[in-house]
Amino acid sequence: MTTTAHTGGRRTAQTDVDPILVIDDWKTWFSTDSGAVRAVDGVSLRLQPGRTLGLVGESGSGKTVLARSILGLLPTRNRLNPGGSIFFDGVSIGNLSKRKMRDYWGKDLAMVFQNPMTSLNPVVTVGRQLTEVLKLHLGMSRSAARDRSVELLRSVGIPEPARRIHDYPHQLSGGMRQRVTIAIALAANPRLLLADEPTTALDVTVQAQILDLLDSQQEQRRMTMILVTHDLGVVAGRTDQIAVMYGGKIVESAPTRELFHNTRMPYTQALMLSVPNLTSPSHSRLFTIPGRPPVLTNPGPGCRFSPRCPYAQERCLVEEPPLVAADRPDHEYACWYPVGTPQGAEALERNFSNGVTASGTSMSSMSKLEA
Amino acid sequence: MNEGASTVTTQPDVSKVPAPRSAEPTAKGNTGSGSRRARRRGLGVLFWCSAAWLGLVVLGAIVAPLLPIADPAAQDYRSVAVAPGSPGHLLGTDGLGRDLLARAVFGARISLIITLGAVTIGLVVGGTLGMLAGYFRGTAERVIVAATDAMMAVPALVLLLALMATLGSSVQNLIVGLGLLGVPAFVRLTRANTLVYTKREFIVAARSLGASNWRILAREIVPNILPAVAAYAFLVVGILIIAEGSLSFLGVGVPPPASSWGMMIAEGRDSLRQAPWVSFIPSAFMFLTVLSFNLIGDRFREESDVRETTI
Repeated sequence: MTTTAHTGGRRTAQTDVDPILVIDDWKTWFSTDSGAVRAVDGVSLRLQPGRTLGLVGESGSGKTVLARSILGLLPTRNRLNPGGSIFFDGVSIGNLSKRKMRDYWGKDLAMVFQNPMTSLNPVVTVGRQLTEVLKLHLGMSRSAARDRSVELLRSVGIPEPARRIHDYPHQLSGGMRQRVTIAIALAANPRLLLADEPTTALDVTVQAQILDLLDSQQEQRRMTMILVTHDLGVVAGRTDQIAVMYGGKIVESAPTRELFHNTRMPYTQALMLSVPNLTSPSHSRLFTIPGRPPVLTNPGPGCRFSPRCPYAQERCLVEEPPLVAADRPDHEYACWYPVGTPQGAEALERNFSNGVTASGTSMSSMSKLEA
Repeated sequence: MNEGASTVTTQPDVSKVPAPRSAEPTAKGNTGSGSRRARRRGLGVLFWCSAAWLGLVVLGAIVAPLLPIADPAAQDYRSVAVAPGSPGHLLGTDGLGRDLLARAVFGARISLIITLGAVTIGLVVGGTLGMLAGYFRGTAERVIVAATDAMMAVPALVLLLALMATLGSSVQNLIVGLGLLGVPAFVRLTRANTLVYTKREFIVAARSLGASNWRILAREIVPNILPAVAAYAFLVVGILIIAEGSLSFLGVGVPPPASSWGMMIAEGRDSLRQAPWVSFIPSAFMFLTVLSFNLIGDRFREESDVRETTI
């Protein structure tokens, strides 16, 4: 209704409504013995109400830390405060104390966690974990909260909800448990739901069901959602907008369709090539990105992806590309030699003829890019 | 006549319970090694024997005044220091002609009031401090842990003797003194458990839903650490019964004429050669009770561990 996620064609209508979430140059650094870890290092985002944003990146890219920063759920210990701001519905919530954040938690902001095995209390019944939230936020009476719990469990597709509320989490399957955590997160009608890899811990067979459930709940409730994942396949059909993170920064951000059709950032392209393809012959080697995610303590001067990038040139090693919208206003990327441009093609060709990139990475495993 | 009636009602229970206990380990070893599954399903015969004995002792202690037994303070000069099994005195009498069964039952009353009271204090005070230390960390934790370590470094009996000597020995003081003794152990246990659970994701999840610290402590953490703490409380009861006995034995326990098991053992030490049963009967009561508490505590501990691993 509000969103037709599958087309992703609805442009981010910046003039329509005020964004519900605005992140400006946000940084989350942690102090460690080996220096400050820049887990999130200058991220800017805006999200319109009722939309779904896919936050994509591999492990260690900072996507989970960013999600938890929005909620203010990070431990305050060891945290540096280098700046930036997060506005929710016009109010700055980036540096609120936990006490003040409690006004937002549950009612305005809620989160679905990665692993339903650990995000439910093992010794408390499903029903009580649900009614707890209802009583706390909606001031419901015991019996009203009970009825509402049954209703919520039914709405997330749990069969026989009136009986299930007496179950303990270990009596439910992984998929059912994730449905329960979604029901709990939705109990107080949050306006922004953050789903942090909600399907990663689940069987492949139930992943689609859970994503469909999130999709339908979001539509019914006209809720805004951020879907954090490492899997571009997950966000492809279900988001309006995608932000790709690498090394604590957003490296490419565009409406979903645009991102898939006119990929500019080599990292995004590499992520797409890493998704297994049904049409490729069986036993074909999957594409991998060489090297490891960058160490976040002392980023060098250049592009953080350059050590692993097949397009890397001398300039990439010494000068960090800014995040700019070069082609169209809603498609931003940070790259000197973008994919699908003459400069990019030239850079790739040069690296192939040299056999190595400017950073010394061998091009032998990149043959998939030549096609 | 009253005593005759009591003989009939209590004798089978008292003598029946210890008997199967000695035969127990072999029986349990056989079934236990056979299949873990069968063992997990039931609590075991040993557990039920212990529970039955404890039930009997607790019930006896509660309804002691109503039981058809002799007055524990009444002295029967015609039968001084008679052996167990004598007519009218099922478990014999002590050097003053007092009925040992009656004294053991009334002694259970005092011993249980003191130890259960002390454990409650230890659990509530120690548990609360331990949870606060484990949950909030920081300065509070450092202070609590340091105080706990300091308390544990003081020899328990010396501390108690000093307390009783200064405060005077009364049931209340004994409860407080023994309760203090249990606090450090409970602090350590709850703190360690709280540390583990505070790191778990469902705590973050609860916080992300707007639960306050107190709500998280009460609703998320307490239900998780309760099984382990309750199991431990049983073991502590056993330890405290012995501690109370030692104090009474040293003469700073419950003031006479009230009787506790430790005091009864102490009273029999002068006539150990002539009438060993005077000390032996309360010792047996104490031994069986402590053993039962330990067995039940161990069983509960295993249960809570098992539940932890299967989740």
